[in-house]
Order: sequence, then C-alpha cells, then structure tokens
Amino acid sequence: MNIVVCVKYVPDSTADRRFSEDLTVDRAGVDGLLSELDEYAVEQALQLKALGEHGTVTVLTVGPEQAADAVRKALQMGCDKGVHVVDDAIAGSDALSTSLVLAEAVRKVAAWDVVMCGMASTDGSMGVVPAMLAERLGVPALTLGSSVEVSGDAGATTLRIRRDGDTATETIEATLPVVASVTDQSGEARYPSFKGIMAAKKKPVETWSLADLGVDAELVGLSAAATVVASTRQRPPRSAGQVVIDVGGSGAQALVEFLSAKKFI
Amino acid sequence: MSEVLVLVDSSSLVDGKVSKPTLELLTIARRLGEPSAVWIGDPAPALETLAAYGAEKVYAVADTDVTGYLVAPKAEVLAQLVERTSPAAVLLPSGGEGKEIAGRLAVKTGSGLITDAVDVQPGESGGEGPVTTQSVFAGSYSVQSTFTRGTPVITVKPNSATPEQAPGAGAVEEFTATISEAAKAARVTGSEPRKASGRPELTEAAIVVSGGRGTGGNFEAVEGFADSIGAAVGASRAAVDSGWMPHAFQVGQTGKTVSPQLYVANGISGAIQHRAGMQTSKTIVAVNKDEEAPIFELVDFGVVGDLHTVLPAATEEITRRKG
Repeated sequence: MNIVVCVKYVPDSTADRRFSEDLTVDRAGVDGLLSELDEYAVEQALQLKALGEHGTVTVLTVGPEQAADAVRKALQMGCDKGVHVVDDAIAGSDALSTSLVLAEAVRKVAAWDVVMCGMASTDGSMGVVPAMLAERLGVPALTLGSSVEVSGDAGATTLRIRRDGDTATETIEATLPVVASVTDQSGEARYPSFKGIMAAKKKPVETWSLADLGVDAELVGLSAAATVVASTRQRPPRSAGQVVIDVGGSGAQALVEFLSAKKFI
Repeated sequence: MSEVLVLVDSSSLVDGKVSKPTLELLTIARRLGEPSAVWIGDPAPALETLAAYGAEKVYAVADTDVTGYLVAPKAEVLAQLVERTSPAAVLLPSGGEGKEIAGRLAVKTGSGLITDAVDVQPGESGGEGPVTTQSVFAGSYSVQSTFTRGTPVITVKPNSATPEQAPGAGAVEEFTATISEAAKAARVTGSEPRKASGRPELTEAAIVVSGGRGTGGNFEAVEGFADSIGAAVGASRAAVDSGWMPHAFQVGQTGKTVSPQLYVANGISGAIQHRAGMQTSKTIVAVNKDEEAPIFELVDFGVVGDLHTVLPAATEEITRRKG
C-alpha cells in the first residue's frame, strides 16, 4: 500500500506563540517542530504499510524552509521519502489554498492508496484540511479515527475506521483510494531510533515549487486568502483569585460560600 | 434582506426538543439576515420551535441519500442551496461533522471559512459580510476576521450566544438535492449511541466539573459534586489516557473545548493542552492537593486540598442548603 502522510511544521505549542505584523502566525520568532498531532498520522501510516509486503510511505509538507525539520523527523520515524513544497508565494495561505497545494502535490506523488492526516494542526487547529483535500481529490474521507484497519484483496481494498463521534461511536468505511485522519487516541507515536536517525540521512527528499505543481501563485498566499484577520488581541492574564488551604473541612465550606456568592447554588 | 442558512439535522433534536446550539445559531443568524433552517429529514417535530426562534423558512431536505453516509451528501445539499439562495452566510455547529461539512462547502463554493467562532456580528456598515471572533493559541488570543470571497461559511461553538425568541414565519419548503454517487462512497457501517448519563451535554453545559490524574481513577466524588450543582462531567487527558473515562469526556486540545459559566477542575494540574479546552470559561475553580499546580494561576477560587474529602463535604453542604 502506498501512503502519503501530510504533516505540518508548527510553532511549539508550549512556547509563547504570537502573531507577526501582518497578523499571520509568527513562524520565524518561535521555535518550530513537527505538529504533535501529525506524529499519530505518521505512526498509523507506518503501521498500515507494515501490514503488506510492498509499499511506500511518503511524507509531504507545505511550508517554509525550516519545515524541512518536520520532514526529517518523519523520515527518522520510518517514512521512506519526503516531499517539501516550498515557495515564498505560499506564505499566509488559508486552509482553502493550503488544501489546493496539498492536493496538487498528492497528485504529483504518482500512485497512492491512502492520504493520512492528523486530526488538526496544533496552531491553526481548524481540522478542516483532510475534508478539503478529499473534496479536491474527489475521494471519500474517513476522519478522526481512533483505530484503523484494512480488509479485502488487491482488487478492492477497504479502509475501516472507528471513531468516537459527538453522539455515538461509529464504524465507517470506504474503498481505496481515501483520505483518512487519526486522533491522538489511535496509539502512541514511535520515537526515532538511532538506526532510524542514521537511515534518514540517506532517504530522498524532493523540493517542489508552485511552478513544479502547476499551481498559479495568484491562487495562494495571504493576498488570495478568502478570510482576513482584522485584528488580534492578547487575552489579559486572569487576575489571580483567592486560594485557600483546606484545614479540617474549611476548604469545602469556603468553596460552597464562593459558589453561593456567585449564585451558582 | 438576504437569507442566512443554518444547518440543523436530526441530531439537533434531543428527546423531542431542538438542541440549544441550534437555537443559538438561529439567534446569531438573525443578526446577519433572515434565518432559513436547513433540516435534513422530517422537520415536523421541530417546526414550532424553529419558527419561535426566528426561522423565516425551513428547507425540508429528503434524507434518503443522506442518512447512512458521511458528510459529503450534506455538503452537496448546502452547496445547491447556496447556489439557489445566495445567502449572506451559512452557519453550522462546530463539532467534528459541522467542520467537515463546512470545509467541503468552502471548497465547492470557493468561499472563506471560519471555524470555532465564539462570536459573529454584522459588519459595521451593514453592507459588508460578518465579522467573526475566535479564541486561538490555547485561548491566549482572540482574533477577529472578515471575509473577502464567496459566501461566508462559519462554524460556531456552543454557548456563543444566548438563545432569544423572535417569531419567524417558519414556512416549510421542500428541497430535493441531487446527491452524487461519489458523495455516497463513504458509509457508516456501525453505530453505538453513547449511553445517556442524564447529565447536561459537555459542550453545552452552563457548569462543567472535571477530574484528572488526582482522582486516582475514582470519579465518584467528582460525579457526586457535579450532580449536586447540575453540572456536566469532564476529564483531563491524563484521566482518559489512563482509561478512567471515555474520550468523549475529554476537555482539552484534542478533546472538547468548553466555555461554561463555571468550570471546576479537580485533581488537574492545568497543562497547556488542558487550558486550551477550558481557558475561556467565565469562572474557574480548582481543587488540587499540590499548591504549586499551574491551574491555580487561572482560578477565581481555589482550594488546596484532597478532592476526595473536599468534594464530598461540599456536596453534602450544598444538598443540606437545598433542603
């Protein structure tokens, strides 16, 4: 099975994230890394590949120069090759444009059976790119999987996922090719081994521009975005409240008094 | 005045009543134009309520080619209605399904998409599109956005507006959408409804009481306290990963985002991933044995103590006061 796993290079969510002057996410001033939630997608892609004898896992990212770090990490985890779409014109793209670039890049990765994604990025956290990608590629989307399995033969393979929906736990399936996304419930992502880190140095990484993909630069980037950020405001830090130490039941009394004063009881 | 499409489906009907998030969407839609509810299935049980909250029109969409499949058919329904009605905006609930439909709709119609809006207002001059507010970076920033292209598609979080009645005509219009075969390629082959807890729905509740690692796996004290104040029960990722609570109860970056009037965190340290899911709550209370726990930096009121003694005592006192 040939799998393309889409990953994003994001600002570290434990760092002090902020916006740049043009009101896009500041990616230069904050340390970046492979989005934690995409590691689960890499893991599931590697496990799917391991079910068969043949197959390739290609890690794909769209992002600035530094995003090569995210590709490298995925190669160290075990992906076979990397594709990095980098072009100055892409900066500031919204989900609509990002999905357009990703879709063209997936098409250029010749034969593929599954496009695997994480549930959302840890920065924009919209979680819509997998659905948009499926819409653009004209294939079914199986999203937010907490487990993934495959059945059928080479003629018609079915991917089945289980997911915890808003009101029910569902099993959903479709015949390949499909776009799938997985949550952090799908299983711990592996750490790169020393062997994996050494092997990654020899793995091929291709760098593609918009021109390589045949995407018109007018269709992407901040100037083409269908939504614009008008203003951003840092939430004022919450002023420290009252903290009491429980001594012989005093904590419960104080808690009830507080809730009562606030009219919650 | 232009129509504003509001997607509602059978899951919006809970115990025969139209869900609160749907009423919130109708209330928000009235700010932008004339609300039109798009109802997948038979709208009869919901008509009266939809009209009472301002629906001028109710599009009744036959569900034969929709139910049993995933979101793609619903996106096709909405795309065809957008083409027919040129609405001022399309509003959807901000769950996994709502966002996915919205994403497909944005691609189909070449429109701007905003997800997880916590507020939606008309543009200042009235002639422009809506202005949305989102809470980003784990709740540390709020961002206002506008639309430059297409029909604004907005998914709105629960609790983003107070439902207000304002009678609308509620005129039913049958709508037959053409659903492609491709949209039916993904199938739902099994569904186990979650057991009803009898408690409020986590994302809609006015009060949420959560438990974390500090419960040690025993949620009795947390649940008892929640019930005494009519709250929903939530859990931290640590509690879910330990298998103590199902993932559906997880509050945080990879679970539910809640913004209730009151959030009570018990035995939860307050890591950034958890804050992302509850930081915008109006009032925050914490009970934790560790006085150094970062959660105390967020609270309006905190108790340093063992949740297994503090919560039962508080529950008893609340029950006594209620008489």
